[in-house]
Amino acid sequence: MNILVCIKRVPVTGGRIVLRDDEQAIETRHLGFAISPHEECGVEEAVRLVEQNGGESTVLTLGPPEAEEQIRDAMAVGINRGILLETSEEWDAQATAAAIVAAVEEERAAGTEYDLIFFGNESADTGNYQVGIRVAHALGRPCVTGLKKIELVGGRARCEQEIDDQRDVYDVALPAVVTVKEGLNLPRYPSVPGRLRAKKKPIDRKTPNPRPAALERVRLKLPPGEDKPTEILGHGPEAAPAVVELLRQIGVI
Amino acid sequence: MAVLALLEHDNGAIGDVATQVLSFGAAYAAAAGLPLHAVVIGPGGEAAAEPAGRFGVTTLHVAEHEGLVAYAPQAIARGVAELIGRLSPVAVIGAGSERGNEVFAHLGAITDLPFAANCIEAAPGEVAQVTRVRWGGSLLEEARVHGALKLLTLAPHSFEARPAAAAAQPAVERFTPVLSDVDLAVRVVERVQTQTGGGVSLASAKVVVSGGRGAGSAEGFAPIEELAGLLGGAVGCSRAVTIAGWRSHTDQVGQTGTKIAPEIYIACGISGATQHMAGCKGAKRILAVNTDPEVANTADFDYAVIGDLHQVLPAISAELRKAGLK
Repeated sequence: MNILVCIKRVPVTGGRIVLRDDEQAIETRHLGFAISPHEECGVEEAVRLVEQNGGESTVLTLGPPEAEEQIRDAMAVGINRGILLETSEEWDAQATAAAIVAAVEEERAAGTEYDLIFFGNESADTGNYQVGIRVAHALGRPCVTGLKKIELVGGRARCEQEIDDQRDVYDVALPAVVTVKEGLNLPRYPSVPGRLRAKKKPIDRKTPNPRPAALERVRLKLPPGEDKPTEILGHGPEAAPAVVELLRQIGVI
Repeated sequence: MAVLALLEHDNGAIGDVATQVLSFGAAYAAAAGLPLHAVVIGPGGEAAAEPAGRFGVTTLHVAEHEGLVAYAPQAIARGVAELIGRLSPVAVIGAGSERGNEVFAHLGAITDLPFAANCIEAAPGEVAQVTRVRWGGSLLEEARVHGALKLLTLAPHSFEARPAAAAAQPAVERFTPVLSDVDLAVRVVERVQTQTGGGVSLASAKVVVSGGRGAGSAEGFAPIEELAGLLGGAVGCSRAVTIAGWRSHTDQVGQTGTKIAPEIYIACGISGATQHMAGCKGAKRILAVNTDPEVANTADFDYAVIGDLHQVLPAISAELRKAGLK
């Protein structure tokens, strides 16, 4: 079984987002980066499925050369190889999907057909909710989104999606595209030997063809903040009566 | 020419998010000088005519097909695409819900047009100007949407639903979209109940008491569970707690967890990272309990108690018991 996992490198923003002076991106000089949370679960699921069924897993990302870090992170927990589509700036969803489709077709021409392609349901940063679905259409494959569970049985995937407090079940034939959500599994921590092995795994670097953004970013801005001060109810256990008084005032007790 | 609103409905009954979409669509149509049409897909849709009329819809398109009884995102998008072919709208506007965004992504793929998800503002034109949500609402993006037809979803609860000055009686036009097996390959085949353990649902709880890294361990949640129990509320946690394996992901509040909207959110040992705060923007009030006095400088927190949750929470619980709560 061949599995492709598409991931995105995103900054770890912490308590407060600071923008660059040109308002085109988040100021990331003092920030770390990580795999976007939903996709981290996609990586874990791909590794588990290959452990259970045999085969090979590949991780793909479109991003700056530094996105190699996130490819190595995925390799450290067991992904076999990597594809890095190098770009110098953020691409819109259509351009991203087109570049991924081209890469998957090149893989097919080279003899690798993916049974399953994982995406995150939406990326943590841009939240466009569409790259996986666009790729599925271009490849002529079914796409199930927002998975919290996937089981492979006899060439089909049984997928569960959370909706309110229930789960909707889908059943699709492979090959398929799926988008997943955090909570699908609890991703493992990379081990030290895993990290060392990751350094030696192969990465294909490609430069995809750009296309003009049809959803064109003009500027980023912070939402208007509620400029209200925080009311200190007290310090330590002595604050308890003030908290109970607040609960009473707002009618929850 | 028109502006077309895609309405989510349950047998013709439309909810708050759909009326927000209608209002947003009506404003967009007025700015473009065009009528507002709406489309409902699936059984019972014609019952949406009356509420749609209150928001100024002139024509309601009702798509019915035996394959559209269970949710099937690509089939819904195919039905809307067929209508787009006949109606040539300048924009299709829908809900920025999980399902709305999914259907619009299919529409974007079918039409090969851009799709702007989770807009909060939109101005029509040959190039539409939109403001959309990034980072679960912690950041906004101003963007230009190119293409002959604009595909936009409205971020839920970001636009007030306002009925039109005069209600209209929309014309109802029925159609049966042509759907292939491929369009119907992905559809809901079963709905299963999840075990919530009989507790209060996080998403609908009136009170949520959450713990973050400051809880210290899985056992460290005991005073949080005790207080939540006394208040009839739900227990939540931050992403750091889920990753540490102290609580299940079903308890996680945040951008990639559950979005909550309680009367009061009591966030204990939680610093207020953007990932977490994106999940509690719907809370009416937030009380932070934290050893770090810096929480008082976090704009999202309305109230704060400076102290260790392991001492503060038992004191609150004791006070509540004195007041007669069990």
